[in-house]
Amino acid sequence: MSLTPVIEVSGLKKYFPAAAGWGRSAGLLKAVDGVSLRINQGETLGLVGESGSGKSTVGNLILRLVEPDQGRVLFKGRDLTFLKGPPLRQVRRKLQMVFQDPQSSLDPRMTIRKIVGYPLELNRLARGREALQRVIGILDEVGLGEEHLYRYPHEFSGGQRQRIGIARSLVTGPEFIVFDEPTSALDVSVQAQILNLILDLQKSHGYTYLFISHDLPVVRHVSHRVAVMYLGTLVETAPKKVLFAGPYHPYTQALMASAPKPDPLKRRNLAVITGDAPSSVNVPPGCRFHPRCPRARPVCSQEPPPDLKVGPEHTVRCHLYA
Amino acid sequence: MAGLTQDLLRIEDLSAEFRTYQGVAKVLNQVSLSLRPGEILGLVGESGCGKSVTARSILRLIPEPPFKITGGRILFRGRDVLKLPSGELRRLRGNSISMIFQEPMSSLNPVFTVGNQMMEVVNLHQRVGRTRAREICLEMLHQVRLPDADRILGKYPHELSGGMRQRVMIAMELSCRPDLLIADEPTTALDVTIQGQILTILAELTRRKGVSVLFITHDMSVIAQLCDRVAVMYAGMVVEIAGVRDLFAAPLHPYTRGLISSITGLEEETDHLEHIPGVVPSLIDPPGGCRFHPRCDQELDPCPRLAPRLIPVEPGHYLACHLYPG
Repeated sequence: MSLTPVIEVSGLKKYFPAAAGWGRSAGLLKAVDGVSLRINQGETLGLVGESGSGKSTVGNLILRLVEPDQGRVLFKGRDLTFLKGPPLRQVRRKLQMVFQDPQSSLDPRMTIRKIVGYPLELNRLARGREALQRVIGILDEVGLGEEHLYRYPHEFSGGQRQRIGIARSLVTGPEFIVFDEPTSALDVSVQAQILNLILDLQKSHGYTYLFISHDLPVVRHVSHRVAVMYLGTLVETAPKKVLFAGPYHPYTQALMASAPKPDPLKRRNLAVITGDAPSSVNVPPGCRFHPRCPRARPVCSQEPPPDLKVGPEHTVRCHLYA
Repeated sequence: MAGLTQDLLRIEDLSAEFRTYQGVAKVLNQVSLSLRPGEILGLVGESGCGKSVTARSILRLIPEPPFKITGGRILFRGRDVLKLPSGELRRLRGNSISMIFQEPMSSLNPVFTVGNQMMEVVNLHQRVGRTRAREICLEMLHQVRLPDADRILGKYPHELSGGMRQRVMIAMELSCRPDLLIADEPTTALDVTIQGQILTILAELTRRKGVSVLFITHDMSVIAQLCDRVAVMYAGMVVEIAGVRDLFAAPLHPYTRGLISSITGLEEETDHLEHIPGVVPSLIDPPGGCRFHPRCDQELDPCPRLAPRLIPVEPGHYLACHLYPG
């Protein structure tokens, strides 16, 4: 794995207008509020956080499926922020996404051949027999066969549908793929199959991944580095081994401690923090985690915490380590 | 299974089917399990394995037709629930057996305040006055550690977060002082930090009040942290029942082993996860014999022909597999 960045994101912000009902506005929902990250060639960055933390929005912003309000996204040094039309479409072949729910991301009226071949047609990369050959080739890579070509999505199981979703994202020859909770809708035994597939594909093609999930064990399994997100900001980023060996941020610690372990001999109190995450409309002042933080100090409610470097490639945003 | 007298709930050879346009789905195939007083029994399996159908059958919550129970008994305190007249069944629901569901929003009425709904339940089941009912509600909300219980009573469900709603549901169900609480994936829709809080409350309260729990989940880690015993279901059959430590230390059924190794692998540094090949079969046309045999790596001669019975292989450890013929 070389250290050339494929994706560099700096100061990314996205605020959505929050509706209070009856056409009134309740202010701004700060979905992503100043996120910077870098993903190197052939590497998987795991982005972990709870619902509403803004992790999916980060994925959408990088691929410009949602337009950022502020900040930059560089793909191999090239600024994507202001690209439009054909140049944007050209770059997008190299950037792909796999969604959580293959049920809703596959058109029920299209055959598998059509679904997987559509990106080729759209990008005018291949036609006719050549396109068919490429579709068959990709289906083979994700563990599906020629006999599946003329079937419809409903004829497949959840795991197979996710394979189709992956095949569709691979067919244009991407370099960077965003996986947005790709196994959350799947059963455990099938989840393992898909995770293995995702890892095998990376090994054989050198893809760069952003892997978004709320599931810590899954993120741990697939990632090289992990970024933890809370209420629109990254609170901690570190190489996987470093992070799981000794998380610095109290939120990362809480996440790890409240995840149940599959071992009845290691039972412990899972209620490590109290309360719920506040809404991104009413972001707490200072450190966003301070109302739930077991180690909060007076400064935490007043000043936003600094971004601190606590080790090689290990940054944490917390007053405790200032 | 263990002696008749000590079981609060006993399900014996329960079989059931759904009539669908595609055909008859045999969703339960001779399901047997038992629950002792004060115990937390985990019922685990993948989607479509019949765990929710089993649980809902206990309260007869599934409309018949299309659902039909084709055989077996469900004994609650020794009486067959399947033979109860509707009046008695109604008294059983809520009073003796309560249930909480995955998505609390769909169990709460959006147009009434939390206090309104909770007090209705308390009134209905305990026949007390308004003031007393309110006291009971406040006390229960306090027990599920909802701060500001007074204010919560005046709120509508949509004003609460998912975790708070689930706590309201737990408070409501436990206010009836049931003997058995059926919890159907109560934390699946919640974030992990909130799940931790809910599981802790659930375990503490039910143990303190001596309530038995049938805890349904697809998550083996939750089972490991919460349950005393575990029943594993696959494609409408109970394939293994054991104490939680035995099950994790020495799972016997090939399916259970696959299930456990596909998650424990995630906790360690491994390159390749163990997985079970293939997919869960359709229940309209399930495989003959052992329903797991097409995915099993240790298939024996009788497996495709003969459905294995659930038999004890060790004290307290039951198994339906031809690999261990008693």
